[in-house]
Amino acid sequence: MSPDKLIYMANQIATFFESKPHDEGVRGIADHISDFWEPRMRRQFFQLVEAGAAGFKPLVLEAAPQIRRPAEA
Amino acid sequence: MKDFIIPDRDFGTPESKSKVMVTLNVDGFDVTVPEGTSVMRAAAEAGITVPKLCASDNMAAFGSCRLCLVEIEGRNGTPASCTTPVAPGMKVHTQTGQLKQLRRGVMELYISDHPLDCLTCSANGDCELQDMAGAVGLRDVRYEAVENHFTPKNTAGELNRQWMPKDDSNPYFTYDPAKCIVCSRCVRACEEVQGTFALTIEGRGFDSRVSAGAASDSFLTSDCVSCGACVQACPTATLQEKSVIDIGTPERSVITTCAYCGVGCSFKAEMRGDELVRMVPYKHGKANRGHSCVKGRFAYGYASHKDRILNPMIRETINDPWQEVTWEEALGFAARRMKDIQAKHGRQSVGVITSSRCTNEETYLVQKLTRAVFMNNNTDTCARVCHSPTGYGLGQTFGTSAGTQDFDSVEQTDVVVVIGANPTDGHPVFASRLKKRLRQGAKLIVIDPRRIDLVKSPHIEAAHHLALKPGTNVAVVTSIAHVIVTEGLADESFIRERCDWDEFQDYAEFVADPRHAPEATELLTGVPAAELRAAARLFAKGGNGAIYYGLGVTEHSQGSTTVIGIANLAMLTGNIGRPGVGVNPLRGQNNVQGSCDMGSFPHELPGYRHVKNDSAREVFEKLWGVTLDHEPGLRIPNMLDAAVEGTFKGLYCQGEDILQSDPDTKHVAAGLAAMDCVIVHDLFLNETANYAHVFLPGSSFLEKDGTFTNAERRINRVRKVMAPKNGFGDWEVTQMLANAMGAGWTYTHPSQIMDEIAATTPSFAGVSYEKLETEGSVQWPCNEAHPLGTPLMHVDGFMRGKGKFIRTEYVATDEKTGPRFPLLLTTGRILSQYNVGAQTRRTANTVWHEEDVLEIHPHDAEVRGVKDRDWVRLASRSGDTSLRAKLTDRVSPGVVYTTFHHPSTQANVITTDFSDWATNCPEYKVTAVQVSPSNGPSDWQEDYASQATLARRILPAAE
Repeated sequence: MSPDKLIYMANQIATFFESKPHDEGVRGIADHISDFWEPRMRRQFFQLVEAGAAGFKPLVLEAAPQIRRPAEA
Repeated sequence: MKDFIIPDRDFGTPESKSKVMVTLNVDGFDVTVPEGTSVMRAAAEAGITVPKLCASDNMAAFGSCRLCLVEIEGRNGTPASCTTPVAPGMKVHTQTGQLKQLRRGVMELYISDHPLDCLTCSANGDCELQDMAGAVGLRDVRYEAVENHFTPKNTAGELNRQWMPKDDSNPYFTYDPAKCIVCSRCVRACEEVQGTFALTIEGRGFDSRVSAGAASDSFLTSDCVSCGACVQACPTATLQEKSVIDIGTPERSVITTCAYCGVGCSFKAEMRGDELVRMVPYKHGKANRGHSCVKGRFAYGYASHKDRILNPMIRETINDPWQEVTWEEALGFAARRMKDIQAKHGRQSVGVITSSRCTNEETYLVQKLTRAVFMNNNTDTCARVCHSPTGYGLGQTFGTSAGTQDFDSVEQTDVVVVIGANPTDGHPVFASRLKKRLRQGAKLIVIDPRRIDLVKSPHIEAAHHLALKPGTNVAVVTSIAHVIVTEGLADESFIRERCDWDEFQDYAEFVADPRHAPEATELLTGVPAAELRAAARLFAKGGNGAIYYGLGVTEHSQGSTTVIGIANLAMLTGNIGRPGVGVNPLRGQNNVQGSCDMGSFPHELPGYRHVKNDSAREVFEKLWGVTLDHEPGLRIPNMLDAAVEGTFKGLYCQGEDILQSDPDTKHVAAGLAAMDCVIVHDLFLNETANYAHVFLPGSSFLEKDGTFTNAERRINRVRKVMAPKNGFGDWEVTQMLANAMGAGWTYTHPSQIMDEIAATTPSFAGVSYEKLETEGSVQWPCNEAHPLGTPLMHVDGFMRGKGKFIRTEYVATDEKTGPRFPLLLTTGRILSQYNVGAQTRRTANTVWHEEDVLEIHPHDAEVRGVKDRDWVRLASRSGDTSLRAKLTDRVSPGVVYTTFHHPSTQANVITTDFSDWATNCPEYKVTAVQVSPSNGPSDWQEDYASQATLARRILPAAE
């Protein structure tokens, strides 16, 4: 998937959870991505986050450590 | 109309719902019936059939035929039994010397103006007039009519001005005025059952004639929607199916379930040998209660259409022509390719798409194929692009991914809210039931950018039509909640008892903010604040409030948020857990509910259990003897993305046409073209098959056993009425493919698959073919706690425990209008066509809709120099296509609308890849577009058509 699209999708999820109380929102984002994103997408997500890709909402970056890491491919 | 084999006895008048019982005596037998029952029905309950012509138990008594006369002791005269209510102690005689003479006299008059061509009449053997002549012992007709309606010329050879020719304009039935006895059953069926009011009796006395529409109209040009209710009601050959004229009467009937929309109507497939004579709605079908629409009733011809592919085919590359091969070769080829792909690109490089048009059993096997044979969770289904936000939203708030009511519930509704749905086109039989309730006085609120038929049609008018701008659902729904909360209209005792009080308070604080007030949202939604306030008050305090919604809710970037907002509204007003209320998603395809239930989603095992749950996986691991993947698989759009980047190479797609139905056609085509093995399993060479390497012929719903689950969670039987023309039911084909890959499955009948579903899935634990045989149908959950199923959900508490209120912040979609694309395109469907049209385009239904057109407001058309029927170019940032324009004020200025039933239109070239934040459900309902005059099809359409022609070449089979 194009990095832009993946970042866009993560931010869309974060936008929904922005209206939640902060901690609940962060957990919500992390759970949502862990539950619905296939490992390939999560792997790409972590690569982008770790490479310091621009464009992620702060709440996404905050949630990143709580997202389940996929097994190595 | 008579019944074959399975008698649906006609009791003459509708059932009385009274709880007060009355005992009377009919012909010496005591019979006890509810107060308000007619004498005719009471007699029928006692087993005595009073002769009748104008009465039918699906409509109100009319009392016109004068055949059902009876004598009642102590009363004068001979009252009509259909219009006379029972009274305690009444003594009724249905057969006396006087009655016999009167009835014979009445019949004699009828027959004096009726042709005596019974032997060659198309209703021969299926005619109530014939039956009644026999029943009353008519032996002689003494009158020679001076004038009649049935001879084209009189004896002197002059034209008979009373004679009218047959109207055969409708593709499915004829109207022969010469056979009409003016019983008014057709007119009443059109009004009371269908609610269209297309028919009337014109003239009076001897001049009385059934008339469709205005004097200049034929049946086809009138408002008639071809539901078939009048044909079913007609006691003679006046309104007759063309298939019966062509074939003759059926000799047996089999009860089965319609394969079109999510209403899931029960039908009797009436057969002669293995030829289907007609489909007649089944009176005891609990979804449809004896009614039908043009699709289920008549549009089944696709099943025997010449385009059906009956032999398996393969090809090396998608640029080659197809080669017909044996099943063994095709399955061997497919299995080899899939195995090679997995060996080279890994376990996760292949997947499946299950079909929402196939049975539960078939869907279950396809997801089992990927989980237990491919050993991954790459399974998805068409619900991804329609109701996946329903699954998410209702799952989060209520704890279950389905509608809360049965369809009967609408009979007790006082206020109906219809959001983003067009039931008279998309779910016609439910619409008829809804309209019946509206005519009885229930109030209607329509929230839709377009003026759908329900907003105003004969004897129906919405109390409020909130014509919002596409994409602002969340703002409108949240504003309604704002009014309910700030004006103190919430049902506090319900919320305290049934929902989490803290979450409610958080939510109440959120919606009470002035930024959610209708006055504040008016600017962006276009809905006048006063109108929205009035609608909110009506819904909150108007009695039983029920919300029905469709894809206009889900197919948005904020689809899941709107579903959550709808659930919030229902909880806020206490409209959950009893008849007449609830949240009711109108599901699109016949078995889309079932396909979701059966574990078609990549993150969920059957019964909506996440793959990460060890206990859920264990159930299947034990039974299947494999270790299941605990990671979620790819969703359809993810599969296509992965295909383009080269990590997803093989797909088994059963009964779906993603190239036509999914958004951003060019992206779908690129994804499919990047795969090494696409297996399409379908009735026809659909659009997706243009990119396939293996084609496995499918079987129609008439050719296999199984079950469909409709929008009310009702599990209905699908029954095999003829042998599969392609040789195998779809479940058998999936099993053969699995076995070619070494699975070793040994199912010999779909009932065994249902037994496996019941054994593994708690909400289906009590379902078996035996139970469906005795009960007719059951609604899940069906288990030890609810052995006969669950018509209403969340009665004593929510499935998840306490109902959960969730904040619903409005976020504008990123698909915005601007100077280049100033209009908003929204999409929908039309009555006569279904989904991608693969079925309905191959029937005579095309007479009503032969092409997709673009609805545009006259103002927007004028400034662009576009006239009605002009070709226009429709362009978005994704692509462009051309189609004809239709000028109408049904759409507001700034909004255009089209359907996606025809592949030549390619509406999905226009739609973008924006999707719901939670589920990736595409945003079909909002696309920024420009419309301009055009000369004809676009380059893309022409390229597409030539690619499709090339891709569909079939080489003659090798000798």
